[in-house]
Amino acid sequence: MFTAIIAITVMALIFGLLLGFASIRFKVEGDPIADQIDKILPQTQCGQCSFAGCRPYAEAIAAGEADINRCPPGGEATIQALAELLEVEPKPLDEECGVEKPKTLAVIDEDRCIGCTLCIQACPVDAILGAAKHMHTVIASECTGCELCVPPCPVDCIDMVETKQNPNTWRWPDPDHVDIQLGDRS
Amino acid sequence: MPLRSRLSSPFLSGMNRVTLIMAQLLLALIPAIIALVYFFGPGVLINIVLAVVIALVTEAVMLKLRHRPIKPFLTDGSAIVTAVLLAIALPPLAPWWLTMVGILFAIIFAKHLYGGLGYNPFNPAMVAYVLLLISFPLEMTTWLPISAFSDAPIEFDSAFQMIFQGQLTTAVDSLSGATPLDAMKTEIGLLHVPSQVIQQPLFGHFGGKGWEWVNIWFAIGGLALLYRRVISWHIPVAMLSGLLAISLITWLLAPETTASPLFHLVSGGTMLGAFFIATDPVTAATTVKGRLVFGAGVGLLTYIIRVWGGYPDGIAFAIIVMNMLVPLIDYYTQPKVYGAVK
Amino acid sequence: MSTVAGSFPGGLVLNGQKKRSTQTPIRKTPLSKKLILPLQQHIGSESIPIVSVGDKVLKGQKIAKADGHVSVYLHAPSSGTISAIDEQPIPHPSGLSGLCITIETDGLDTWIEHHPIADYTQLSEHDIRQHVREAGIVGLGGAGFPSFIKLNPGVHHHVETLIINGVECEPYITCDDMLMRERADGILDGIEIIRFALRVKNCVIAIEDNKPEAISIMELALAARPELTDTTIMVVPTRYPAGSEKQLIQVVTGKQVPSHGLPIDIGIVCHNVGTAYAIGRAIKHGEPLISRIVTVTGTDVKHAGNFETLFGTPMHELLAFCETTREPNAPFILGGPMMGYNLSGDNLPVTKTANCILVGVDAAAPAEKPLPCIRCGECAAACPASLLPQQLYWYARDKDLEKTRQYNLFDCIECGCCSYVCPSKIPLVHYFRFAKTETMNQELEAAKSDQARIRHENRLARQQLEQQEKEERQRQRKLALAASQAAKEKQEQAAQSPSDGTES
Repeated sequence: MFTAIIAITVMALIFGLLLGFASIRFKVEGDPIADQIDKILPQTQCGQCSFAGCRPYAEAIAAGEADINRCPPGGEATIQALAELLEVEPKPLDEECGVEKPKTLAVIDEDRCIGCTLCIQACPVDAILGAAKHMHTVIASECTGCELCVPPCPVDCIDMVETKQNPNTWRWPDPDHVDIQLGDRS
Repeated sequence: MPLRSRLSSPFLSGMNRVTLIMAQLLLALIPAIIALVYFFGPGVLINIVLAVVIALVTEAVMLKLRHRPIKPFLTDGSAIVTAVLLAIALPPLAPWWLTMVGILFAIIFAKHLYGGLGYNPFNPAMVAYVLLLISFPLEMTTWLPISAFSDAPIEFDSAFQMIFQGQLTTAVDSLSGATPLDAMKTEIGLLHVPSQVIQQPLFGHFGGKGWEWVNIWFAIGGLALLYRRVISWHIPVAMLSGLLAISLITWLLAPETTASPLFHLVSGGTMLGAFFIATDPVTAATTVKGRLVFGAGVGLLTYIIRVWGGYPDGIAFAIIVMNMLVPLIDYYTQPKVYGAVK
Repeated sequence: MSTVAGSFPGGLVLNGQKKRSTQTPIRKTPLSKKLILPLQQHIGSESIPIVSVGDKVLKGQKIAKADGHVSVYLHAPSSGTISAIDEQPIPHPSGLSGLCITIETDGLDTWIEHHPIADYTQLSEHDIRQHVREAGIVGLGGAGFPSFIKLNPGVHHHVETLIINGVECEPYITCDDMLMRERADGILDGIEIIRFALRVKNCVIAIEDNKPEAISIMELALAARPELTDTTIMVVPTRYPAGSEKQLIQVVTGKQVPSHGLPIDIGIVCHNVGTAYAIGRAIKHGEPLISRIVTVTGTDVKHAGNFETLFGTPMHELLAFCETTREPNAPFILGGPMMGYNLSGDNLPVTKTANCILVGVDAAAPAEKPLPCIRCGECAAACPASLLPQQLYWYARDKDLEKTRQYNLFDCIECGCCSYVCPSKIPLVHYFRFAKTETMNQELEAAKSDQARIRHENRLARQQLEQQEKEERQRQRKLALAASQAAKEKQEQAAQSPSDGTES
């Protein structure tokens, strides 16, 4: 009886030490959780989640202050990835924040632009080029399609156009969801 | 031929079909089935027919329940193969309910509950066989004495009555007979020397009487499959070598207490297992090296279970254990890709 | 003749079906009224148009220039007027459009003045590369990689062996076969120039043993050339995909190109026979690449054969010329049956990489739904890259792209052997292509979002800095104001005090 208690206590101690040692020795250095969440977010900086950008939203999720379904540009895929990372159930996109839309690009109608610089100030990624009283233009490769430049424009000269697929960015359709008969290629 | 076809190349396709594989497998079983009928009477045939009918009905019902198209899956032949393999592994006069329980378990639990064709980790016929062996040990080990050599061969109608009503019309001296593997194990347990044990009437020239020929016909059918490239050589060769190696070693070390390697090769389900069951692609390893490991493992385990385990034949257990290890084996035996840096 | 030094794993012995299109000599496709020239007919960046709508152009005149390093020039295949520079459907599996230059031909086919170079040895290697680039030459075997790049060994490499690929392993295609039969001398001209540019002596012309006519003609032509003493012909066993670059290298030299590496890393350069011929024409005759030989064949083609076709010729004209029993708008294959693309529209132009138009095949892959994988492993046995197609298939279906990469998805050459042998008829290559483009897209998106993040962070930092500077300025101004006020007060006081003093 007594020996059994001692034996078990000693074993518990040994294994406890082993576990403790292992947890220090084999510690996995990972990014802080907010960084990992930020990596998943699409970085449009659009603010549709009601935060001032992707980073603040990521920090809010990490702190447990925001839900994972508040990112319309990321849509399904982002929610899925976040759910996986945080090991929670995925849920549908919060309609309050917006709906998932095809990717778009801001285009300034250069004839109508009056060069007011308001859109330049609104762009979160400095993707609009121009100077006061001079026509502005969007650097297409840098535009995230966040639409933040649209409301400030006093002459409504900014259009959001869908980014077109070209043969180089075209992706093979998922064979599991393709009509075997030739036709639906998109 | 007009090209309706696919979105992505290749637009050509080889002749190989799942149904064709299954059909060739069944064809290759025919010689051994004839031998079984010759030695053990027409009960074998009744079992096979019974098993196939039950299997097809069960398969259809399961496909319906799982909302899968019935025709392409029913005609792929996999249910028939499972049925035939189980039926020939059962004792020739096994009662009808034994066959039924086995097939139902194989098709419903071992196959469809895992996702149907291609998704089952364990060979359905072997899972069912093991279930029956554990649940009904008496019925599963009651083999007839070799009818072809006994005085009163079993006729078709008496076999029929035996299977469905559990009684025989003609008088047979002893109904319950052990298989040679069983007998060998018991005799060695009684400290009899194997070389003398095989002098008993249950034994033939180099294995069990009748069993040796059945095994040889299974092997011939298997070689035909190899020739037709339906199966690859890796698993049968590895399994038989594994079995041969360990039985040879123990036999050389202790000839007084172990049966000869030849006896092991032609006894029980060795050849059936080597060519027809361990080679089941769904449940075997898939890489070339992995298949060698898998086969050798089956061979070794078979011997271990036969000699030191509680059951006379270890094929079914060995295959199921190795089925479990397949993901591991496949993972560690990946081939080196073209251009991999050494 | 030299003997093979190795072999590759897997592969298939396929029914060649080549006789159908080798019964007649190479014919010229009639000049089309309209030639549509996509600006991207090669791997790399799209060429930039240097003509405008309405311009008159001559046959062989440059109409687009290279953009950046990995790009080539484009030429007018016939004389006429530029009628449009706009988006047109291009031959691509997506069915999407690309920027094209359209020429209305005038029917005169007037050549621009061209400058043959009689003695290429007078040129420097650099000049040869420049000529080849300006002649718009790309790999004509199918990939379309700009050839001038593969004429440059680079500073760190020494080319040991030049392999001229006349294997043509895909069934049905015979354009290289017919080229070797009819224009062996032209090919050898090109080989001489390639050897010179690469400074390589040892050269092997690899031809599959199902082309005995081509082999004997090439040998005769080679025997008549004292300049090409170190060049040999190697007859390789017919096994698909022996003509795939990496597999061919293994057959010819016994060596493997490192994964993610290039043939040049092991001192080997490969060029297709068609490319060699084009290089010969470009240097010796001054003719840019404006046409190629296209095999038109298949079970639904009445007059199958090989056709020297100007780039931009609409495929329906070529098909009409050969007479087919094809239903209007029925799909057909561009390229071979194992690696080609399924196209449905026929108003697409013939491009530099269009080696074969295949209408109807003998043993078509069934279109019905595949059965589940039974893990038979035939795909792995057939894979010439020693991959595990089955595992790749599971992970691709599961969209576990990370795992597909671990299983070396990007070493897949999409040869189609796995799909061909699959008893369940699973379109494996489609899954792999899907997973590949998904992975590439994900990487692109990740790169883009990283860039956006950085730009956003920079902006925030800048704004903060601006804010700080503003505050600093305000503080300074306040200080200055305070100081000046203090000074003023002092002055005032000072101004008052003496008077006080004087007064007191």
